[in-house]
Amino acid sequence: MAQVIGVPKETAAGEKRVATVPEAVEKLIKLGFKVMVQSGAGDGANCSDETYRAAGAEIADTAEKLWSSSDIVFKVGVPTPEEAGLLREGGVLIGFIWPAQNPELMQQLAARKATVLAIDSLPRMLSRAQKMDALTSQAGVAGYRAVIEAANAFGRFFNGQITAAGKVPPAKVFIAGAGVAGLAAIGTAAGLGAIVRANDTRAEVADQVVSLGGEFVKVEYEEEGSGGGGYAKVMSEGFQQAQREMYAKQAKEVDIIITTALIPGKPAPKLITADMVKSMKAGSVIVDMAAERGGNCELTEPGEAVVKHGVTLIGYTDLNSRLAKQSSTLYATNLFRLAEELCKTKDGVINVNMEDDAIRGLTVIKDGEVTWPPPAPKLPAPPPAAAKPAAPAAKKGHGHGGAGAPASTRSMVVIFALAAVLFWFIGANAPAAFLGHFTVFVLACFVGYMVVWNVTPALHTPLMSVTNAISSIIAIGALVQVAPPFAAGAGADRPDGWILGLAVVAVALTAVNMFGGFAVTRRMLQMFRK
Amino acid sequence: MSATLATVSYIGATILFILSLGGLSNPETSRRGNLYGMIGMTLAVVATVFGPQVTPAGYAWIIGAMVVGGSVGLYAARVVKMTQMPELVALMHSLVGLAAVLVGYANYIDPAASGMFQGVEKTIHEIEIYIGILIGAVTFSGSVIAFGKLSAKISGKPMLLPGRHLLNLAGLLVVVFFAWRFINTHSVADGMTPLIVMTIIALLFGIHMVMAIGGADMPVVVSMLNSYSGWAAAATGFMLNNDLLIVTGALVGSSGAILSYIMCRAMNRNFVSVIAGGFGTEGGKPAAAGSGGEPAGEVVEILAPETAELLRDAKNVIIVPGYGMAVAQAQHTVFEITQFLREKGVNVRFGIHPVAGRMPGHMNVLLAEAKVPYDIVFEMDELNEDFPDTDVAMVIGANDIVNPAAQDDPASPIAGMPVLEVWKAKTSIVMKRSMASGYAGVDNPLFYKENNRMLFGDAKKMLDEVLAALKS
Repeated sequence: MAQVIGVPKETAAGEKRVATVPEAVEKLIKLGFKVMVQSGAGDGANCSDETYRAAGAEIADTAEKLWSSSDIVFKVGVPTPEEAGLLREGGVLIGFIWPAQNPELMQQLAARKATVLAIDSLPRMLSRAQKMDALTSQAGVAGYRAVIEAANAFGRFFNGQITAAGKVPPAKVFIAGAGVAGLAAIGTAAGLGAIVRANDTRAEVADQVVSLGGEFVKVEYEEEGSGGGGYAKVMSEGFQQAQREMYAKQAKEVDIIITTALIPGKPAPKLITADMVKSMKAGSVIVDMAAERGGNCELTEPGEAVVKHGVTLIGYTDLNSRLAKQSSTLYATNLFRLAEELCKTKDGVINVNMEDDAIRGLTVIKDGEVTWPPPAPKLPAPPPAAAKPAAPAAKKGHGHGGAGAPASTRSMVVIFALAAVLFWFIGANAPAAFLGHFTVFVLACFVGYMVVWNVTPALHTPLMSVTNAISSIIAIGALVQVAPPFAAGAGADRPDGWILGLAVVAVALTAVNMFGGFAVTRRMLQMFRK
Repeated sequence: MSATLATVSYIGATILFILSLGGLSNPETSRRGNLYGMIGMTLAVVATVFGPQVTPAGYAWIIGAMVVGGSVGLYAARVVKMTQMPELVALMHSLVGLAAVLVGYANYIDPAASGMFQGVEKTIHEIEIYIGILIGAVTFSGSVIAFGKLSAKISGKPMLLPGRHLLNLAGLLVVVFFAWRFINTHSVADGMTPLIVMTIIALLFGIHMVMAIGGADMPVVVSMLNSYSGWAAAATGFMLNNDLLIVTGALVGSSGAILSYIMCRAMNRNFVSVIAGGFGTEGGKPAAAGSGGEPAGEVVEILAPETAELLRDAKNVIIVPGYGMAVAQAQHTVFEITQFLREKGVNVRFGIHPVAGRMPGHMNVLLAEAKVPYDIVFEMDELNEDFPDTDVAMVIGANDIVNPAAQDDPASPIAGMPVLEVWKAKTSIVMKRSMASGYAGVDNPLFYKENNRMLFGDAKKMLDEVLAALKS
């Protein structure tokens, strides 16, 4: 029998997201599920009850009715104790749980014999799991919104302009931490026209920063900061010193700082000190995306936007809710993909397959039994840089402009030696008449070699058909045999009929080539146009 | 027309032929290049016919032969489909080869042509005849088989006889032996036997050589036969003491040789190994090919409407066509999609692998036929670095030329072959009829990549659907 997926209205203050949107409802129904949505659940994300109903969902008036009639509950925020109490005995809950931070919740859910899939516990390094990665999708939205908030608070244009009213310099944006949120912020800020710089302790993200239009600012200190799972680790004291100096320098130069630095299970690192804030230009903006975890800036007030020392400090913790429709849509897709994985039979009944690495990682409680933390995943750790195949061996020269890389000295010596022996042999044995032709032949080979290397690869087919037409020059050989002039008497024992026959057939054959080859080349070349 | 005047005309024709090849260096000058070729050919033929070596008695025969051959050629050139170009070219090579054989025989039995030679000169002349016929015969039979394979009249699979290298070696020895016999004969009638035996062996050798070559190596074979037809002309030139033939033959011969070399390099294969045996030989055992581990992961299918959506939302699109596009005759639909997207401001480009298709430059010709402007068609080297900035890379009927295993898996039979790095694009879409592997018989890990989507079905039909979805 088809299971019912319930989507309650989020209860946390300021939470505007919803766990599924009408488009996703349709797809879930195609998987065989029934979907029930609490009345008003999508209001914050501009999804009215009618649109849900139109997509095929049932609308429940109250939270109690919804929770009690749902087999599976899709949520966004961490459930409150009241909500957890509403979950049906043996029900399934999918959403953000943060099991490490919420041990009481875990116990409460376990007591209800629930099965809980924490979307935040997804093994992110599993490439197959990326389509379900809600942390990534939400961080991307938040990074975008952070730039928009900064732009809102900033008193100038982002892009440089030269107008009749004077020259406007472009805004300079510094982004600390190039994770998903940081990269989204880089792309957005660069898209608005700002000069974007970014830093991350993980050196390997430099390329990604550059690819989005940012400039990677290095810390002048040698240490690798990749901590597994796509997060950074805590760095050494020497590194932190060098990093602080770099930040202090950037703070003086830039107009906007967006910080995204998080270390799993630890308070956010304090990257921006009060002194750095003081050193910034008046009117500058700091968006602290780590505010929820204490903030990357010493002066951040979580959840608030304040002005200190002339700098606007934005510590909103609800950046996602400020872009509720987008966040919800992406989150709904993540959950739909998860539902797909859980219900491969498409019959509307989920199967929590603990053999599957992705599902195993997600499942923090299975039938009332706490299964968190999962065993170390079987997949390999991020491959060490050295294991990468030594870049595709020796890139060859560009295009066909030249005759390729010069051959090695050794093979050149061999070639020249062979050529010398051959030439000596010919020179020693052949008569003068032959040598004349031979000279012509060798030179012609070289001319052909030089000319043909210049032919553009796009025209290789016309080249073949034109050389084919030209090779019908062999007709000359046949022509001279059709009816040659004789010195009197010389042609006495000549088998004229045979020769004439052979020659005429050869002329006809080559004529096919001659006319056909040039005509088809012409036809092809006519087609090449700009 | 005097002999000197004829010689001067030959020099003019030679220059025109060189200019003709030089003109092909870019599409702008190529049309003029072709014109130079035609003028050169006309000049050469006219100078010969009205020159001292042809008497008016032959005019009727010559005109008759020319008219018959010319009409056949013009008719073929008019009706041939662009997808059939490789077949036509192969067929034409065979004609050159056959003509070389006929001219060689005619020359041999003509006492007026060889009577004036004595001693070493006579020997050299006979060797020239012998070699001319040999190359001509190999070109002829090889091209006929290549034509059969390209037009699917003969299976594209390599046919490998047991001990084929020994067979070839034995053939070579027999040819050398009869060459010795041939040189030491004193009358035309005595020389005929070795000459005919050699011709038959050369014909068999040509058949055997091309039969052993797999479909994926066809571009190399076609350009190699092109080269042979040139050498056949050059050998005939030596035989007839005609510098124009020598020069032209050498031009064509070296052109074909360079093309073969470029094709081999594009597949990271040794020329000798292509000739010695088809791609199917080493790669033909898929079990062994899989030793690098079966590509893991799942294949994500996509439908035409979603493809259209991806294309519509993209900023940069690179289309990688392969032989499958030619088979499905999909180039016109491809162009319509391109045109539609370009009007919408999408930057659409084409990436052409040097060995895509069945002969060098095949894809370019097809796209040109569909009126795709050539300045958005790029070579592999020109745009391979742009894939990371590309939103959608669409692969139409190609497989081995976009196989990441060539770079990642040293155990793969195609390891080291330069490939188009479509998997670096944000999304790649592969249009294929099924999951079957390409000519190399190698599984393609691209299909299992996270950012890859498979659009199954006939390329033409699926593209029509995509186009309809785009326009709706």
